[in-house]
Amino acid sequence: MGDEYSIKIRDLTDDEYFFGHKACGGCGGSLAVRLSLKVLGPRTFAVLPAGCMSAVGFIFPQMAFAINAMISTFPGTASMLSGIAAGAKALGLRDYAVVGFAGDGGTADIGLQALSGAIDRNDRIIYICYDNEAYMNTGIQKSSLTPLGARTTTTPAGSKGTGSRTTKKNMFEIVAAHGIPYAATASVGFIPDLLRKVNKAKQTAGTSYIHVFAPCPTGWEYEPSASLQISRLAVASGLWYLAEYENDGFSLNHDPGEFIPLRDYLSAQGRFKHLGEEEIRIIERNRDEKWKKIRRDWKHEERTL
Amino acid sequence: MIKPKIQRYKQPRTISEYPVGPSFQAGHLVFTNSNYRTFKPIIDITLCVGCLACYATCPDGALFRRGKKVSIDYDFCKGCGICASECKAKAIAMKKEEPGRNE
Ligand SMILES: Cc1ncc(C[n+]2csc(CCOP(=O)(O)OP(=O)(O)O)c2C)c(N)n1
Ligand code: SF4
Ligand code: SF4
Ligand code: SF4
Ligand SMILES: [Mg+2]
Repeated sequence: MGDEYSIKIRDLTDDEYFFGHKACGGCGGSLAVRLSLKVLGPRTFAVLPAGCMSAVGFIFPQMAFAINAMISTFPGTASMLSGIAAGAKALGLRDYAVVGFAGDGGTADIGLQALSGAIDRNDRIIYICYDNEAYMNTGIQKSSLTPLGARTTTTPAGSKGTGSRTTKKNMFEIVAAHGIPYAATASVGFIPDLLRKVNKAKQTAGTSYIHVFAPCPTGWEYEPSASLQISRLAVASGLWYLAEYENDGFSLNHDPGEFIPLRDYLSAQGRFKHLGEEEIRIIERNRDEKWKKIRRDWKHEERTL
Repeated sequence: MIKPKIQRYKQPRTISEYPVGPSFQAGHLVFTNSNYRTFKPIIDITLCVGCLACYATCPDGALFRRGKKVSIDYDFCKGCGICASECKAKAIAMKKEEPGRNE
């Protein structure tokens, strides 16, 4: 079911505001940035902290952003956004958006404090985390959004271990716990849903946060053509979910019902290849516990994805 | 339409020709991305139903609308194959690039 925020693909602008960038072929994060900017439009100020999207977007003199875009310090995405929002207000500008695109490391680890401050002040900014589940730009190191069992260069698999020993930090609910006006999870595998959420964030008169699942063929080890299929498998297996938080309440946008076998998602990626039955059972148990709470506590309104 | 374009880059020769501070013109491209490709998407336009799934899912914006259908900007297509795997009409085939084409 759509609503007044839904955007049809054929109504998207032909403008390309993130074009000619040097991301790897099939990069989920770059798709999230490209599509979000199409919704936000040319009067957008964008902030990109250290991470893949700034590394591939600004390689002087190859400037892939067609809008006013800036690189911030690694922890400073939200502080620079707050500053831009204050500056735009002081100048009396109208009809513009202020958006940040930060990675999982830049969001859940080093950038969390600045983000928390911006939400506390309820600055009118949009914060989009493109979650590729590791520090990709520096060579696939584990972040606090790396899921349990995933192999990274700092959580190796083999005689030294079985990949990440920690579970994924729940950024969506951490942000929601601030009482933020609007927060959502999304995925590049569900484009109409992503467009709708960015549009909703654009119209939110305060801080908004969107957490986008953004597969990385280079760090996750799969064929670049499979980025969207992997995103859909993550949702079908219950390891990612599409939800929103507003007016002090959570709502689930899609319930996959009976999950597909976890193996279908995990064995499609090299980073999980080493996992045995025992580890997969733990991942399954964690998932089931989470979904028990989601189904018990959250509103559920099935949407067109 | 707003879209970064390839421009001829004039190598600065004197200090005054360098950009002031770490800022530069937005949407200024000097390189294409075609050398990323090992496979090349080919659209069979007779099979294309104009659903725009490929256009929406290309991370590089290399697919653009042309009339009711789509076309590919091979200067910026990286050959990732997402468009071909997302096209339900099976109108896009991935063909191996000719070796040595960039040399
Ligand atoms: C203060 C600081 N520490 C470390 C770095 C090095 N650094 C640059 S990008 C990056 C990884 C970013 O990871 P993430 O935020 O997940 O974005 P991704 O590269 O995965 O897109 C790191 C560690 C830095 N630029 N600044
Ligand atoms: S390493 Fe991953 S996130 Fe970074 S540009 Fe390549 S595909 Fe995208
Ligand atoms: S996805 Fe296939 S059918 Fe749809 S517009 Fe692209 S080429 Fe045509
Ligand atoms: S192969 Fe990849 S980069 Fe090329 S047009 Fe298709 S989706 Fe875009
Ligand atoms: Mg990352």
